[in-house]
Amino acid sequence: MIKKSRRGRIVIDRDLCKGCYLCVSVCPYHLIKISDALNEKGYYPAEFSDTAQVSNNSECTGCAACALICPDVAIEVYRE
Amino acid sequence: MTDPLVFKRPRYLKNAVFHYCPGCGHSIIHRLIAEVFEELGIGDIAIGVPPAGCAVLAYDYFDVDMGEAPHGRGPAVATGIKRMLPDRIVFSYQGDGDIAAIGTAETIHAANRGENITVVFVNNSCYGMTGGQMAPTTILGQEATTTPGGRDLKRDGTPIDLSEMLALTRGSVYIERTAVNSIKNIIKTKRALTKAFKVQMAGLGFSLVEVLSPCPTNWKLSPSDSCKWIDEVLTQTYPLKIIKDETKTKDL
Amino acid sequence: MRGTHIIGESAVRAGCRFYAGYPITPQNELTEYMSNAMDRLEDGTFIQAESEIAAVNMVIGASMTGARAMTSSSSPGISLKQEGISFLAAQELPAVIVNSMRGGPGLGNIAPSQGDYFQATRGGGHGDYRTIVLAPAYGQELADITCRAFEYADRYRSPVMILIDGMMGQMMEPVMFPEPITPFDLPSKPWILDGARGRASRIIKSLILDPAEEEEHNWKLFRKYENIKKEIQTAETYLTEDAKLVVIAYGTAARIAKGAIKRVRDIGLKVGLLRPTTLWPFPARVLDETSRFVKEFLVYEMNTGQMVEDVELALKRSSEVHFYGRPGGIISTPDEIAKVITSLYYRRHLEEE
Repeated sequence: MIKKSRRGRIVIDRDLCKGCYLCVSVCPYHLIKISDALNEKGYYPAEFSDTAQVSNNSECTGCAACALICPDVAIEVYRE
Repeated sequence: MTDPLVFKRPRYLKNAVFHYCPGCGHSIIHRLIAEVFEELGIGDIAIGVPPAGCAVLAYDYFDVDMGEAPHGRGPAVATGIKRMLPDRIVFSYQGDGDIAAIGTAETIHAANRGENITVVFVNNSCYGMTGGQMAPTTILGQEATTTPGGRDLKRDGTPIDLSEMLALTRGSVYIERTAVNSIKNIIKTKRALTKAFKVQMAGLGFSLVEVLSPCPTNWKLSPSDSCKWIDEVLTQTYPLKIIKDETKTKDL
Repeated sequence: MRGTHIIGESAVRAGCRFYAGYPITPQNELTEYMSNAMDRLEDGTFIQAESEIAAVNMVIGASMTGARAMTSSSSPGISLKQEGISFLAAQELPAVIVNSMRGGPGLGNIAPSQGDYFQATRGGGHGDYRTIVLAPAYGQELADITCRAFEYADRYRSPVMILIDGMMGQMMEPVMFPEPITPFDLPSKPWILDGARGRASRIIKSLILDPAEEEEHNWKLFRKYENIKKEIQTAETYLTEDAKLVVIAYGTAARIAKGAIKRVRDIGLKVGLLRPTTLWPFPARVLDETSRFVKEFLVYEMNTGQMVEDVELALKRSSEVHFYGRPGGIISTPDEIAKVITSLYYRRHLEEE
């Protein structure tokens, strides 16, 4: 039996993000990393990493753990 | 074809940027309350009372009617509102100083009278807005700006178990302690908040949810270490549990 | 009817539907009256609060919903309410607060006094605000002024204090009440909190972090108070037209003074009475007019000298101001005051043309 997993994606609003990185710690597939470019508030925001999807051999499933814990409602989650 | 959006800013949160610190629990709790309002359909009849404290500006975030109270007097102001408008949903959102220090009498008596309001007690075990002084909920040994060397039993007394004390009041119906330091706890908090507001909707009496909330700035920890500190240390003094539940019905 | 009951009945007839209070002598009869009155009304709410602080905050909440709300207490309890009164003023919420003054400071005693004039008229609470202070002296006036208190509170969106003393609360006098009105008879208030269904959500607050905005808010309140000063200052004058000496007193002190004045008039002294019924705004206009032909004033208060300062401020040295006071709950007799007036009259040579 082939297990079909959902596909999802997230959009992080760079300028709402305050760099608390709670999302980084809760993503089950470690797909969020810290950007190396400052946002307009002076934080290094979290950002979704396509390369991590490849190197971790995993995909975003749209579980929304990141959005659930994001204090700043900076993440929107889409799911197939 | 675009994927359907499954998570976005709830309707009852204004489009304002939170002034709270990175990793602060307030913003998570605000969002959960706004989601509960949307799901229960009570946002249009909700009236909130913000505290003095970091969340003093809560009215800039909740898109519901809100009326400011003096420090600690939230439950009394909420009582006045609810008695005049019993079919509205009235909630008081308070921090530990508001609820368990200056406002202790108002909190206990609103619970004792069984006022049909919902109180959200945000416990970050310190006074956040004023810079990290000791709160009644600061635990023994915890460093705060007014407890050099850490909270000391002889000089500062023990932390207060306000929610447990409130459970003794006969008018209180539902009291639970949760946290927002992990996905699991966030989901539990939302469930507790939903139940608390349902208690009010059913006219059963006083409900309160105490939420352990990370305060990275005043705890001087990173946001994720703050979340760990809640699990490893704070819950030893303030265990997460249902403290009182007299709702006697599975429907809630 | 008893003074405290007159206030209660008048409040109910003015559409008051929320009362919160805490027992304190000598105004418990008002709290008890309201507990019965609110209970009998379908839409009335009475709460015996856990403290005077809680009571004024419950009034804040009720006022936010648009209700005519009232609390009452006596001197030490009014001290506790000051934070609440400051918030009412800042948030521009209407409310009526009744103070039945007793001996003070501190725990004092339960006898009548006028020791809270400063507290009532000079803020009491923190910040740049004023409280409208009304001072009835007769049973009928208690009824009329209570009704007016609620009107002023709504019209100006301000806390209003009814200032009486323990004796006035206990005295029994005949009174005629107006026809009662209900909350439905009152115009709706467009700023209340009642759930944002069908409209934008509203905020009632007093925190204004930006100094420029806070300054603007303070000046806005100031302009309101200037308006109030223009519109409602009142005082009764009695036999002042040909007076050489005018006694200034309010409340129970004024009644005693009137008795004294009748006595001294009988022996040919030309003395009159000026009786403020608004203590804030202070009736400077009437005082100013009177001082055009009267140059000697005797301020009589049941304290060590509070209103006398406002009299001096208003007269600006245009006249002589004398003071006689009995604090601590002592109630002078008209004879005693008559003696004081007489001796002052002759000391100042007012019998000469």
